[in-house]
Amino acid sequence: MVDEETIRVVRCGGSELNFRRAVFSADSKYIFCVSGDFVKVYSTVTEECVHILHGHRNLVTGIQLNPNNHLQLYSCSLDGTIKLWDYIDGILIKTFIVGCKLHALFTVAQAEDSVFAIVNKEKPDIFQLVSVKLPKSSSQEVEAKELSFVLDYINQSPKCIAFGNEGVYVAAVREFYLSVYFFKKKTTSRFTLSSSRNKKHAKNNFTCVACHPTEDCIASGHMDGKIRLWRNFYDDKKYTYTCLHWHHDMVMDLAFSVTGTSLLSGGCESVLVEWRDATEKNKEFLPRLGATIEHISVSPAGDLFCTSHSDNKIIIIHRNLEASAVIQGLVKDRSIFTGLMIDPRTKALVLNGKPGHLQFYSLQSDKQLYNLDIIQQEYINDYGLIQIELTKAAFGCFGNWLATVEQRQEKETELELQMKLWMYNKKTQGFILNTKINMPHEDCITALCFCNAEKSEQPTLVTASKDGYFKVWILTDDSDIYKKAVGWTCDFVGSYHKYQATNCCFSEDGSLLAVSFEEIVTIWDSVTWELKCTFCQRAGKIRHLCFGRLTCSKYLLGATENGILCCWNLLSCALEWNAKLNVRVMEPDPNSENIAAISQSSVGSDLFVFKPSEPRPLYIQKGISREEVQWGVFVPRDVPESFTSEAYQWLNRSQFYFLTKSQVTAPLKKAEESLPTTPFYFILGKHRQHQDEKLNETLENELVQLPLTENIPAVSELLHTPAHVLPSAAFLCSMFVNSLLLSKETKSAKEIPEDVDMEEEKESEDSDEENDFIEKVQDTNNTGLGEDIIHQLSKSEEKELRKFRKIDYSWIAAL
Amino acid sequence: MAGYKPVAIQTYPILGEKITQDTLYWNNYKVNVGDNEGGGICVYANFSSICYTLYALTENCTRKIIFLLFKCTDLRSFRAVHTVDFTADKYHVVSGADDYTVKLWDIPNSKEILTFKEHSDYVRCGCASKLNPDLFITGSYDHTVKMFDARTNTSVLSVEHGQPVESVLLFPSGGLLVSAGGRYVKVWDMLKGGQLLVSLKNHHKTVTCLCLSSSGQRLLSGSLDRKVKVYSTTSYKVVHSFDYAASILSLALAHEDETIVVGMTNGILSVKHRKSEAKKESIPRRRRPAYRTFIKGKNYMKQRDDILINRPAKKHLELYDRDLKHFRISKALDRVLDPTCTIKTPEITVSIIKELNRRGVLANALAGRDEKEISHVLNFLIRHLSQPRFAPVLINAAEIIIDIYLPVIGQSPVVDKSFATSRTCRKEIDYQRELLETLGMMDMLFATMRRKEGTSVLEHTSDGFPENKKIES
Repeated sequence: MVDEETIRVVRCGGSELNFRRAVFSADSKYIFCVSGDFVKVYSTVTEECVHILHGHRNLVTGIQLNPNNHLQLYSCSLDGTIKLWDYIDGILIKTFIVGCKLHALFTVAQAEDSVFAIVNKEKPDIFQLVSVKLPKSSSQEVEAKELSFVLDYINQSPKCIAFGNEGVYVAAVREFYLSVYFFKKKTTSRFTLSSSRNKKHAKNNFTCVACHPTEDCIASGHMDGKIRLWRNFYDDKKYTYTCLHWHHDMVMDLAFSVTGTSLLSGGCESVLVEWRDATEKNKEFLPRLGATIEHISVSPAGDLFCTSHSDNKIIIIHRNLEASAVIQGLVKDRSIFTGLMIDPRTKALVLNGKPGHLQFYSLQSDKQLYNLDIIQQEYINDYGLIQIELTKAAFGCFGNWLATVEQRQEKETELELQMKLWMYNKKTQGFILNTKINMPHEDCITALCFCNAEKSEQPTLVTASKDGYFKVWILTDDSDIYKKAVGWTCDFVGSYHKYQATNCCFSEDGSLLAVSFEEIVTIWDSVTWELKCTFCQRAGKIRHLCFGRLTCSKYLLGATENGILCCWNLLSCALEWNAKLNVRVMEPDPNSENIAAISQSSVGSDLFVFKPSEPRPLYIQKGISREEVQWGVFVPRDVPESFTSEAYQWLNRSQFYFLTKSQVTAPLKKAEESLPTTPFYFILGKHRQHQDEKLNETLENELVQLPLTENIPAVSELLHTPAHVLPSAAFLCSMFVNSLLLSKETKSAKEIPEDVDMEEEKESEDSDEENDFIEKVQDTNNTGLGEDIIHQLSKSEEKELRKFRKIDYSWIAAL
Repeated sequence: MAGYKPVAIQTYPILGEKITQDTLYWNNYKVNVGDNEGGGICVYANFSSICYTLYALTENCTRKIIFLLFKCTDLRSFRAVHTVDFTADKYHVVSGADDYTVKLWDIPNSKEILTFKEHSDYVRCGCASKLNPDLFITGSYDHTVKMFDARTNTSVLSVEHGQPVESVLLFPSGGLLVSAGGRYVKVWDMLKGGQLLVSLKNHHKTVTCLCLSSSGQRLLSGSLDRKVKVYSTTSYKVVHSFDYAASILSLALAHEDETIVVGMTNGILSVKHRKSEAKKESIPRRRRPAYRTFIKGKNYMKQRDDILINRPAKKHLELYDRDLKHFRISKALDRVLDPTCTIKTPEITVSIIKELNRRGVLANALAGRDEKEISHVLNFLIRHLSQPRFAPVLINAAEIIIDIYLPVIGQSPVVDKSFATSRTCRKEIDYQRELLETLGMMDMLFATMRRKEGTSVLEHTSDGFPENKKIES
C-alpha cells in the first residue's frame, strides 16, 4: 500500500480490557469488550480473540447490542461517532456521526430508533444523558444530530446510569443523591442521603446503580460497602430502602441477574457476591478472583456472568458461580519496576504482573502466556499496607537462569531484601527456585546483570547496591555423593571509596565488568576481579551504562542524570565523544551494534539510534510519544526484514518496543515498517519530509565528536583522572603549561577547518577542570561543528550548512 | 483461581555436620571394650575370616605367633616380620620382614618356598590376592609397592607410591590396589598396568592402616592424626570420619561391619560393636481407617449420562495457616507461642510474627493479653532477641509490646521481672564491643596485607553484626 519505507510507531498490544463492562452476545457465544480504539470479540468457550473491530479514531467508550437485531453491535467513541457492526463477520455496517464526544452508550428495547449517550457539552465536567435519534438511511455514513436532553449533571461513568423495568425510568446517581426520571410522566424524582461529616454518614457516596429487570427496584452501591435497595420511589415521600452490607470497602459494580432473582456485587475484596432474593442472609460467594472487580455483566441468556478486573482480565463465570474462562491481557495496574525484558526461550516480554508475579507476555499473539509467582506469599489487599515489591529481575545464560530481587521497606532502617535464583527445568518447562538469598546487600539493589558470554562455563551474576558494594555471585557445585545440586554463592565483593553502586554491565565477551559508582565508572577484570581503570566525567550520576557490541565492543557508553551521553574507548581509556542528550532509556540491540536511546524533553520523547563508534546517529525519530517513556527493549525478529534505506537498517533484525508512563492511553508501542495508511502515518510522513531537510544539521547539533585530546598526554591525563586522585594544582601547573607549549607546535601543522568558529583545541587547553571543560563542549554542541563531520561533507554542502546556521535555530528550543 | 498461599517459613542452614545415611550408619557403634594388651602396642589387627575371632598383634607377641604358626628352625634369620598373609589356596603364607625380603612359606612342610629380595628397604605390609593363589603384593619403605607372582620368581608389577608405604590393600575383585603412605592414600588400577587412579590426601599425618568395609562400598583409613576416615569407593570422597583418643596404628572391621577395632599408640585396643537394630514396635499403632474408606467413590466408572464434577484436592494447611486464612490473627499468634512450638521451631514463631507485621496487624494481635499470655510472649522475646537471625523481626515486636503495655507496667510482678532485662542488655553490649574490637583487628591485618595498588579491593568481611539491641528496662 505504501511504496516508500517509513517507520512509524504502532500501538501493538497491552490494551485495556477492563475499561467498560463487557457485553455478551445473545447466545452467550461471544463476549465483547472495548480495548482502546478497538472493540474486541472473544469466544466465551475458547478464550480466543475472534475479531477486532477497527474503525474508531479515538477511545471507544461504550458498546451495546442492537436490541432490534441481536447480530449487530453499537459502539460509541470519543471521536463523536456511533458505529453499527456485524460482529460475526467483523464488518462495519453504518456510522452515525453525532459530532460531540460520547462517553457512554445505552440502548433500550422500547425506544426502537434511538439510543442514549452521555455527552458533555459546555463545561468539561458537566455531563448530560441525551437520547440520540438514529435516522434510517441506506448510506454508510449518516449524520445523527437530533439529540434530546434527558438528564443533566450526571456522573461520567456509565455505572452510574441504569435503565429499569423495560425502559420505563432511568436512574442516575451522583455523589449523595439518586435521581429517577420517568419517561412517561417526564418527571424527575430525587432522593438524597445525608452527607454530614460525622463518621456514620461520611462515606455515603453513591458509586454505582443497577435496576431490577422486571420490578420497580433500584439497587445502589455505596462508598462504605453498603448496597441499598430502593422501592416505591414513585412517591417522593413514601419511598423505602433496605440495606445489604457485606463489602468492607466501596462497592465497585452491581448487576441483577436476567430474571432479577439475584443481585451480584463486587469490590476490591475480589470476591463476587451473589445476593439471592435480595436478602442479607441468602448470599453466595466466589472468592479469590485475583484482583479488584471493576465491572460485572450478565449474559442476556442468563447462563453466564462476567467480571472485569483491575489487572486487565475478564473472568467468565457460570450461573452456579464457577469460573469457566479467563481472558487475560497485559497486567499493568501497578508500576513497572523490573523494566522490559525478553525471555530468550519463548521470546516473550517479561515484566511485573500481578502483585508478586512476573508475567510472560507474548507480543506476537498479544496474550499473556503465564504468570510466575515470585514472592509466593498471600497477598493482602489493604489500603496503606506496604507490600513486598518485585523490584529487579534478569535473565541469564540463554534463559536457563532467572534472578529476581524483592524488597519491602517499612521504615528507613527496616529493609527486607531477598534475592531468588530460578533455574529453568526442561521437564516441567518452567522456572524452579534454586537459591534464596536473604539480605544479599545491606541496602536496595540498584542493578542486576548476568554474564551472558557464550564461552563462559560458570554462570556469573553481579548485583550493585546502594550500600556501596557490588557482589559477584557464581554458581557452584553443591553436590555430594548423595545428590547432585548446584547453588549460588558470593564470590567477590568490590567497592570504590564507599560510593553507591548504581549500575553494572558485562562486556559482550564477559571479560570486563563495568560498575558505576555515582559519577565514576570502574572497569574490572572478570577473571581476577581487579580494578582495571576508572572513568569520571563529573557530569552527574550515571543512570545507564552499557558496552558496545560486535564491532563496537571496545566502547563503553554511559548516560548521566545531567543529560550527558558519554562514550569511552576502552583501548585508549579515553573519552571518545560525548553529547548533550537527556537519556531516559538506553538499550543495546542484541543482534547488532546499534544502541537506542530515548531522550526526554518537555514536549515529548525522541528516539535516537546510533553506533558507539560513530557519534552521528543512524536514525532519529522525534516525538515518538508525548509522555515520558519508561522502558524500552529490542526484540529480535524471527524473520529478518530487509530495509534498503540506511536509516532503517537497524530494524532489520530487531524491533524496538517501549512502554510509556501513563499506561492507560498509550500502552505499548513498537516501531515498525508501516503497513496501512493511518493518521499516524500522515503525521509522521509529513514530519519526515520536514526532517529530511534538516537532517544533516540535526545530526551535527545533537552529537558532536570531541576534539582529539589524546594527542596531548598531559592534558588527557589531567582530564581523565578523577579530581580526587590528582595531586595539588601547584604541582601540576608547570607540567600542564609545558604540555601546552609542546602542543602548540604540533597543532600548527594540523588542518583546522576554517568555518569552525570556536577552536576546540583552545577549549581543551583552556579548561583546567573537568566541569569547565564539559560546559564548553556543550557550547560547541549548540554553535560549533565537529571536525569529523566536516571532513565528510563536500564544499557545496558546507555552504548550505552555513546558510542553515544563519537561518533557523528556533526548532532546537522546541526539542 | 489461586488458593491460599501458606506462610513462607524462613529456613536457616543447619550448621555442623550434615546428617546423611553414612553418618547414621557409622555412628551406630557403641563403645564397650577398651583392651590393653599388657602395655604392648597393637600394630596389627585382623579378623580371621573363618572363626570371626580377633587376632591382634602387638610388638611383644609377634614372634610367639610366628612360632606357633611355623615351628621352623631358622627363625633366627627373622628380623622382625611385619606382615604375614595366607594366599588364596590357604596352603601358603606370605611374609615380609625388616631384612628387605619377602618370603613364601608352605604350611604343611613349614618350609620356605620362595624368597624375593627386590625391595631395598623394610617391607612393612603385604596382602595376598583373594582370587589367585599365586599373586601377592607387598609395600615397602623404599616407596614401592610390588606385585609378585609365585610362578615367575620375580615381581610382575611395581608402582611408585612416593612415600614409605605403610599399608596396602587389594580390592576383592583384585583389579584395584590401595596403598597408604605418608599423608596419601593412592588407588591404582592393576588391570591397566598400575596406573594411578586417584590420590587422596585427607589426613594431616601419616596414614598407617587401611581397611575395606564388608560390602566393598566404603574404604577406611586410619592415621596418626587420630582419625579414621571413611571414603566412598565410587567417588573417593570422605563420607564420614571417626575421632580417636590417640594415633591409630591398626584398624579392622568384622564381618558385616559388626565390629570396628582400632589399635592405638597408647596401647588401647578399641572395640566397638554395632548397636542392634531393635525394631521399635513397642507402641501399638492406632488402628487406621480401612483401605476402602480412602478409595470410596474414587473407583467409580463414569456412566454415559453422568456428569462428572471435579473437586480440587484439599491442600493441607498447618493450624496457624488455617487461622491466618480466616484472619484469626490473635489465635494464630497464640498457637505459635505455645511452648511446644517455640522450643522446637522458633523460626515458625518468628515467621508468623513477621507475617502479622507484613499484614499490619501485629499490634492488634499483641494487644489485650493478660499476665500469663504476655509473659509467654516476653519469655520468647527475651530468649531469642539476641539471635541475629531473628533480631530484626523481634525488635520490632518488642517495641510494639513496650508501646502497648507501658501504661500498665508495675501491676504485675511476673511481667515486671521480664521487663527488667538489664543484664541481658549489658551482656549483649559487651559482646558487641568485643566483636567490634575483633573487626578492628581484622581490618588492620587486611590493611597491612593489601597490595600496593591503589584499588580498594576489600575482601568480604562478614560484618553481619546486628545493631545494638536494647530493650528499655
